[in-house]
Amino acid sequence: MNRLAVQFEHVSKTYRLFKLEDISFSLPTGSIMGFIGTNGAGKSTCIRILMGLVHQEAGHVKVLGQPMPAQQAKAKEDIGFVSEDLRLYKAATLEWHMNFIASIYPSWDATYAKHLLQSFDLKAKQQIKGLSHGQRVKAALLLVLAHRPKLLVLDEPTTGLDPIARSEVLGELMQVLTDEERTVFFSSQNTLDVEQISDQITFINQGKIIDSSDKESYLERWRRIQLEIPDGTTLTPRPEVISSSGTGRLITITTNQFSPALTAAYTATGVIIHAIEAMTLEEIFIANVKHHKQAVSA
Amino acid sequence: MHSNFLISQTDGRPMYLQIMQQIKQHIAVGDWAAGQEIPSIRQLAADLRVSVITVKRAYLELEREGIIFTQHGKGSRVALEPSIQPQLHQQELQTHLQEAARLSKLLGLETEELVAQLRQQLQNT
Repeated sequence: MNRLAVQFEHVSKTYRLFKLEDISFSLPTGSIMGFIGTNGAGKSTCIRILMGLVHQEAGHVKVLGQPMPAQQAKAKEDIGFVSEDLRLYKAATLEWHMNFIASIYPSWDATYAKHLLQSFDLKAKQQIKGLSHGQRVKAALLLVLAHRPKLLVLDEPTTGLDPIARSEVLGELMQVLTDEERTVFFSSQNTLDVEQISDQITFINQGKIIDSSDKESYLERWRRIQLEIPDGTTLTPRPEVISSSGTGRLITITTNQFSPALTAAYTATGVIIHAIEAMTLEEIFIANVKHHKQAVSA
Repeated sequence: MHSNFLISQTDGRPMYLQIMQQIKQHIAVGDWAAGQEIPSIRQLAADLRVSVITVKRAYLELEREGIIFTQHGKGSRVALEPSIQPQLHQQELQTHLQEAARLSKLLGLETEELVAQLRQQLQNT
């Protein structure tokens, strides 16, 4: 049994003005990964490669145990994919779409589909063209969720949704995970959503993965520490520290490798520690991107 | 089902600590009895809309503290003799002592004065 639902190994793809470089990450079966990046960072290209829609030039991609793009037809039987450009027929009703998908996938679960209609506040008789953006996103999600794919791939599922719709969507995504054989991969610009429901987090920036690990260790590794430098002591630069701010006696440093050893090392040199603060995923993301920008320009 | 869990994104404490605290409270007030089966990690995660990995961490820490136990494939239960009541009271005492120390500093009280007041309180209860 393959315990990795998605695996990227050293994947590259070059376009005229953009390239994906050496992309590696893996997503264990039964978990949910949030894929975070700014606009144009390469999220959608990665998703297209994952789906076999774009072919990588180098590196290996395996999805549900199948090599991509070679075995994409086989892999796709068990994938539910919702892209940003929702491919729905405007003139048809949601019910028509439901019957259509049900005719393709023997695994279609009509009871679950009914439950989703209620939970997403949608009407089956409604024509797609009469739906708002949020309703279309929920309709597209309903269509993929109800055939119970082993892997859900969602490109920005919560972008443009109002708070109620977002909460409904996140709730249904978490319901999917009650089955430990099912896996979710979703991209997002909304770090709050990712922080709330993800098990695994991957940051992508300018075509490169800048960090990828499980959420708990992420949040544990990053801290902001406020230090007081008394007269006669100097702050020795440390490799764990990625940025510092402040010019007086009070300095705030940011570390991505926090441990009690770090604070002990400071205290040993006479530096006083005033506060150690955990960071939100949003703060971590921004600090991470800035840090990598500086590393590139240095 | 678990709407009686109070989890806050604006709370400064990590999510797994909040979940641990809420579970301890359910046990302390008797909602969850000794030996009773508690929600599976995935079910609680879905109900609270919180990552599976976060709930898993809370459960692991609670196991380490001897408050719950997990049998593989059979789910998790409240420990038969959860040593939770004293522990919770200890935590509460700690918080109040810290607060007392802070206030007496603000008031400029001598240690003896504070101790005398505490003694007074002990006699009154």
